[in-house]
Amino acid sequence: MENILNWIIWLPIIGMVAIAFIPREKDNLIKITAAVATGLQLLLTLVLWQNYDAGNGGMQFTVRGEWIPSFNISYILGVDGLSLPMAILTALLCFIGIFVSWNINKAVKGYFALFLLLDTGIMGVFLSMDFFLFYIFWEVMLLPMYFLIGMWGGPQREYAAIKFFLYTLFGSVLMLVGILGLYFTCGNTFDIQVLKQVAPEALQGVTWWGMSAIKVIWVLLFIGFAIKVPVFPFHTWLPLAHVEAPTAISVLLAGILLKLGVYGILRINYGLMPDGVYWFSGALAFLGLINVVWGGLCALAQTDLKKLVAYSSVNHMGYSLIGMAAVIAAGEANGYNLKAAQAGLGGAVFQMFNHGTISAMLFILVGVIYDRAHHREIEGFGGLAAQMPIYTGICAMVFFAGLGLPGFSGFISEAMCFIGAFPIYKGIVIASTIGILLNAAYFLWAFQRIFFGKLNEKYTDLPEINNRELFTVVPLLIITLFFGIYPAPYLDIISSTMDVIINHVVTMATISGM
Amino acid sequence: MDNIFIIYSLLILFLPLAAFVIQIFFGKKLPREGDWVSVGAISITLILAISMFVMMLLEYNPDFRHEASFTWLDMGAFSIDLGFLVDNITVIMLLVVALISTCTHIFSIKYLAGDIRYSRYFAYLGLFTFSMNGIVLANNLISMYMFWELVGVSSYLLIGHWFEKDSAADASKKAFLTNRVGDIGFFIGIMLLYTAVGSFTFTDIFNGVANGMIAGTALTFAGIGLFLGAMGKSSQFPLHIWLPDAMEGPTPVSALMHAATMVAAGVYLSVRIFPILTPDALLVVAYVGGFTALFAATIAVTQNDIKKVLAYSTVSQLGYMILAVGTGVYTAAFFHLLTHAMFKANLFYGSGSVIHSMHHALHEKHDHETDPQDMRNMGGFKDRMPITYWSMLLSTFAISGVPLFSGFLSKDAILAGSLSFAQHHPEHFLLPVFGFGAAAITAFYMFRMMFLTFHGKPEMPELIEDIHESPKEMAGPLVLLGTLSIFIWYTLPYLNPLSSHGWFTHLVVPIDSVVPGNPSANSIEEGAHHAHGLAMYISIGVATLGIGLSVLMYLKKVLSAETWRNRAGFMYDWSLNKYYFDENYDKYLYQPTLRLAKKIAWIDWELYDKYFINGFGRVTSWASRVTGKFDYNIIDQIMVDGFGRIVDNLGGTLKKVQTGRLQNYLLYVTAGIIILMIIQSF
Repeated sequence: MENILNWIIWLPIIGMVAIAFIPREKDNLIKITAAVATGLQLLLTLVLWQNYDAGNGGMQFTVRGEWIPSFNISYILGVDGLSLPMAILTALLCFIGIFVSWNINKAVKGYFALFLLLDTGIMGVFLSMDFFLFYIFWEVMLLPMYFLIGMWGGPQREYAAIKFFLYTLFGSVLMLVGILGLYFTCGNTFDIQVLKQVAPEALQGVTWWGMSAIKVIWVLLFIGFAIKVPVFPFHTWLPLAHVEAPTAISVLLAGILLKLGVYGILRINYGLMPDGVYWFSGALAFLGLINVVWGGLCALAQTDLKKLVAYSSVNHMGYSLIGMAAVIAAGEANGYNLKAAQAGLGGAVFQMFNHGTISAMLFILVGVIYDRAHHREIEGFGGLAAQMPIYTGICAMVFFAGLGLPGFSGFISEAMCFIGAFPIYKGIVIASTIGILLNAAYFLWAFQRIFFGKLNEKYTDLPEINNRELFTVVPLLIITLFFGIYPAPYLDIISSTMDVIINHVVTMATISGM
Repeated sequence: MDNIFIIYSLLILFLPLAAFVIQIFFGKKLPREGDWVSVGAISITLILAISMFVMMLLEYNPDFRHEASFTWLDMGAFSIDLGFLVDNITVIMLLVVALISTCTHIFSIKYLAGDIRYSRYFAYLGLFTFSMNGIVLANNLISMYMFWELVGVSSYLLIGHWFEKDSAADASKKAFLTNRVGDIGFFIGIMLLYTAVGSFTFTDIFNGVANGMIAGTALTFAGIGLFLGAMGKSSQFPLHIWLPDAMEGPTPVSALMHAATMVAAGVYLSVRIFPILTPDALLVVAYVGGFTALFAATIAVTQNDIKKVLAYSTVSQLGYMILAVGTGVYTAAFFHLLTHAMFKANLFYGSGSVIHSMHHALHEKHDHETDPQDMRNMGGFKDRMPITYWSMLLSTFAISGVPLFSGFLSKDAILAGSLSFAQHHPEHFLLPVFGFGAAAITAFYMFRMMFLTFHGKPEMPELIEDIHESPKEMAGPLVLLGTLSIFIWYTLPYLNPLSSHGWFTHLVVPIDSVVPGNPSANSIEEGAHHAHGLAMYISIGVATLGIGLSVLMYLKKVLSAETWRNRAGFMYDWSLNKYYFDENYDKYLYQPTLRLAKKIAWIDWELYDKYFINGFGRVTSWASRVTGKFDYNIIDQIMVDGFGRIVDNLGGTLKKVQTGRLQNYLLYVTAGIIILMIIQSF
């Protein structure tokens, strides 16, 4: 049990090595190997969940080893209520992603090997508690992603891949500078748990070129993470990459990679620079508002279904940002409103998970119709409800989940984000409720154009969604419905960690030191 | 959980949901496509609702109240409790929903027979009934909001039942989005109250307001926010646009949702939250309701589609109920909700019966052009469809406010309330004017509808032979609800047709507002009681006027409708075209929004991304070309290679030393050693 995190991270690599030894023409064996590796990983994350002590909000199952002692770089892993659901989500979506990719037939061996490498990279980011290790995994993710988009993507795949790569690399470089800044000001350590205790004090009063070190490092790291979220105005890589990537990769991009941004902000920015939280939370809420409205309007105007879904991610991640900003409500200046802080932060973290499942389903469903019709033009369909009733029914549920209908998990997290942020950011929250309307408008309008009306004569022989495809969507749909009706199990896992984060921010922040 | 009312409520809530799930997954495979599953489930809820109602009557206690709740989510400080509240209002409302829903289920068996999505249709009816009961049973704003949205979805699905028609698909989307505008207000109201009070349950919120945790403008805005939700669902001006379009759905659906229950949810919410509405908020409520009542009535006058007449009439009647809440007589609003549910659902069934029959007749003639809902194609159906005619006539009397019928009592209570309000606040004299004006117009257009449809000569004589009375599944609900339009059901154990005094007034007793500054329930009631006599005379007067005019114009044809239409001029056109609301919303709201979205998307993709973001790429590649040139031409060619050339030249000179003779090398070595030794010696 003490090594479970190691297994969770490195299992896909074992699978990758195994695939390397399988002859390239044995496609099915390669796919099965990948499925087994990710399946075992999923099982292990579930075991982890079973053994996780929800009452303790701190790090659990910690693994610690020396790595590069001369620079005080260690190999530290750990899991808490913030990363546990993300680890489960990663394992789940990777496992499902293998089945979504089942019809890949170009360079199968390379595809699945890279897929597993990507899995390890993502999992590593969520579980590493050493900042240097975190950064290494962060970069490890980038490489397979570049190739997966660039080689197995759509017509503009090379442009999309290079753009994605450069955009993210730009963020990584800023992040690296921030990491080094922290390293040298806070006693030469990369250990995140240590930094959490040391950094808030060590950074007090430090100024670089006349600017507070806290602000500089906050902004450097924030941009690095914001690109992943993506926060406006760092979002334009996303529609392109989503549209060009193969379906399973879009699923991982939207489902998990975007969460890395929010996760990073909460883990690093919130943990290491509580003063920065006070300084920046207003801007965070405002950026959330822009994400919500801008993303919603852009989605409304799209003619390509996949691009619409991509912009819906911009729209949905905005709710998370608004919720996160509510943490400071628990502080003295806001009357120790712990209720609002819990609602906001809990909502933001819940929203990460819910958007993970819902956007994954949306991309899978877009993939299903693209595989059949070979295009994604919303106007190019029409009346499919008569031809594909099961597909239509599932799409209707997923679209309704996407527009935040009660009964689906997205509603609860969005509502919590709003309720939490409302006491401090009334104007911003009220303005961003426009997003709820836009949200409904773009989904319903798209739904109408695709499924309602007279059946397009071109599609009178379009086959119904098949069992493999159903297998990829239905589990996610059940999870979404389950948490929509009964969210307590999820919130029970995260709530003590949320309290740890809130307390940390509120008690460590001094505000005066800025 | 051992409370029998709570157990019954749970069953009433979840049975329709079970029917929905069964129908969705197995409906098509079951015999008769599973309609018996839905009808069975809903009939059981009707039985349960009736038993609850009887138990409530046996207790005969105005303070009858049961509550049960459970923790839904809990993060320590932030937690949400959901629960049920069963009081007299709940029980009556549950009975209304169960009764109309059962009637609709039975009516639909024949009305929808042979439909391609027959089982789907019944499934959605179940989903709707579940959601509606959820609203009725909620003891807190969060679960009410959740079921509120679910009702919106059921409505979306049922309006769009015939989604092959673009008009139906458009109408369903419009209904959902318009409702969502209201829902946003609802949610903002919830957030305002929660932020101040820290709880979502009605009890806590009422206590919080009573303790002054939220007051003044904030409370007014919270109340108006919640009321916006009610405006959306109850189709109040200016969010009224979706309800008439919702008539694209099957007619039994219109009866259930868009006449009796779903649209009444807004009124129900207003009744529930009445105690926390501030005087300013109430004034907004009153004016919105009053204006809607009159406004919608003026549209109904000119409509030719039988369902459109009824739709605008519903909007108008809902306006009445809202007006009642605003003027403080909120129990009268609930009373009208009850009576209106019965007679309006019946009118819709009646219209459904007529349309069904028209459809059938047109089908026989292979006529697919004629509109089976246009009253200009009807006339003279009275003897062909006597059950439909007589039962509709009873309900028409009720809605027109004729004594001896249910609508007279409830409408009178509302009008008395608004009259009394104006007596106390003369500056708001418009409110009763709205009310009585709408009453007159209602009486006129309802009889116009009856005369055009059932009386006079058939407009299409070739059809009349094929016009038949509807089958018993459809006639049954008509007879039942027609009977329920008579006053006696609402005044028992008393039999005075001119006073609403009875079990209802005994059980549904107004409570005091918890907002300081609002008049007490007692004083409101006293005022209404004083105004009652005058209101009744005016009310009977205007009803007589409206009906009389209608008789003269459409039955006796003494007055020519044609002439009056011309005389009205532009007013007729405005009314016929619904004051061009749809056109203007489209022109000034939807299209600009879409244009804005397109523009934003263009800026995002074509401008910001292509030029700004990719600009970085371009600048980098330009810079790299420049450095590349610099690197090659200057560093490499001039400096590095220059160095090479220098070395080359030097080498050319020096190579002359390389003679290849051993003796020469030995000489150099020896000389070198000597020089080193000399250096060492210093």
